[in-house]
Amino acid sequence: MATVASADAVGGVRGAVDAHLAAGYFHAYSVVGLVAVVGVLFVAVAFAAGHLLRPVAPTREKMLTYECGVDPVGEGWAQTQIRYYVYSFLYVIFAVDAIYLFPWATVFAAPGFGGTTLVEMFVFIGFLAVGLLYAWKKGVLEWT
Amino acid sequence: MNGTLDVILRLVAVLVVFLVLPLVVGQTEHKVMAHMQGRLGPMYAGGFHGWAQLVADGVKFAQKEDVVPAGADRRIFQLAPAVSLLPYLLVLIAIPVGPNGFVGQAIDAGLFFVLAVMGVGVLGSLMAGWASANKFSLLGALRTAAQLMAYELPMLLAAGSVAMAAGTVSLPGIVQAFHWWWIPWQIVGGLVFFTAGLAELQRPPFDMPVADSEIIFGAYTEYTGLRFALFLLAEYAGIVVLCALTTVLFLGGWHGPLSGSLGWLWTLVKTALLAFVVIWLRVSYPRLREDQLQKLAWTVLIPLALAQIALTGIVKVVIS
Repeated sequence: MATVASADAVGGVRGAVDAHLAAGYFHAYSVVGLVAVVGVLFVAVAFAAGHLLRPVAPTREKMLTYECGVDPVGEGWAQTQIRYYVYSFLYVIFAVDAIYLFPWATVFAAPGFGGTTLVEMFVFIGFLAVGLLYAWKKGVLEWT
Repeated sequence: MNGTLDVILRLVAVLVVFLVLPLVVGQTEHKVMAHMQGRLGPMYAGGFHGWAQLVADGVKFAQKEDVVPAGADRRIFQLAPAVSLLPYLLVLIAIPVGPNGFVGQAIDAGLFFVLAVMGVGVLGSLMAGWASANKFSLLGALRTAAQLMAYELPMLLAAGSVAMAAGTVSLPGIVQAFHWWWIPWQIVGGLVFFTAGLAELQRPPFDMPVADSEIIFGAYTEYTGLRFALFLLAEYAGIVVLCALTTVLFLGGWHGPLSGSLGWLWTLVKTALLAFVVIWLRVSYPRLREDQLQKLAWTVLIPLALAQIALTGIVKVVIS
């Protein structure tokens, strides 16, 4: 009976700690949200003030796309060959890999891990390096 | 009630810092460039040392007509400057200035948050380039995106190395854990981080996306007046944020003599020195070619960052 009660008490404490953590978490990000609101207000005020301050005198020539100073030829939304397409995939793969680094980075040196995590790290770096070498070999990283 | 007041004060402080520090960097850039390159223009307005140049620029931007080209995608075109500016405001709140909770708002996953939000600014340039309906702007925007893709990765890896060293991703926690010997230990990561950050900000020598001799002014070609000024402000806010982050992650933030009472000053001084270096690089290095820029990221910076991670891991496990 006594053990059950103490387990309850521990559960209660943990619940309280969790609730506290969660409250801190939501508080932190609600402040971030407020900063975003302040930012949007700042931009809105700036645009409104600019609207009041500046002259408006559009002419047909002024509304032309400036481009390089010469009257534009054809469409601005031209179809261009995006040569980076292959390597944007490369980026996505690497970036997703890199994300896994952060949670691991906070615990890898904790007591009891030691050598194991080091081996893991070299496996991780090895994968990235082999991937990079492969892309290099395939000519993805050549542009001239 | 006290809590509310506290939050309001923090919000106001962040906004003030966001509006003042980038302008200070801008003014410094005028003067430093004028001295280093013998430029006369920035030393003229207002008499003494051209002190009024920034004011004159502000007045000019505020009263210029806001031209949206007839062919442009109007809404996107108008919103783009805000999208490229606001991420830097959001990042500022998470940067620790001094010890004992002198920070806009401590965020547990601060490092993660900061890196994620900083990437959003590039969307603004992409929107601007696409919405302008201008071939050169589109090229500039695509270059911006490519540059982000190339340099985000070494930046992430270098930041990850610091997180490994500190064993936390909270920014105040990282500075708390700092020791002086981290500087030689993390120096490669620091250089990679700073270089990659410069490239993300499109500062010379990585200013391919706005290379004026090739693509006019990249994604910002069609912008005038206030909206153009906001893009410029975003660039300078970016310098402040990058230098402050480099300070916090690699130079020990508030650590220094008398850090108990003058910690905030150390953070500011280190940030200012780095900002000076950013300006210095602009006047002394020629622009890289687009392919050289990509090559530098993938074949130099990423391998260096990976090597730094290996070094950090080994040292950390050995000493703990």
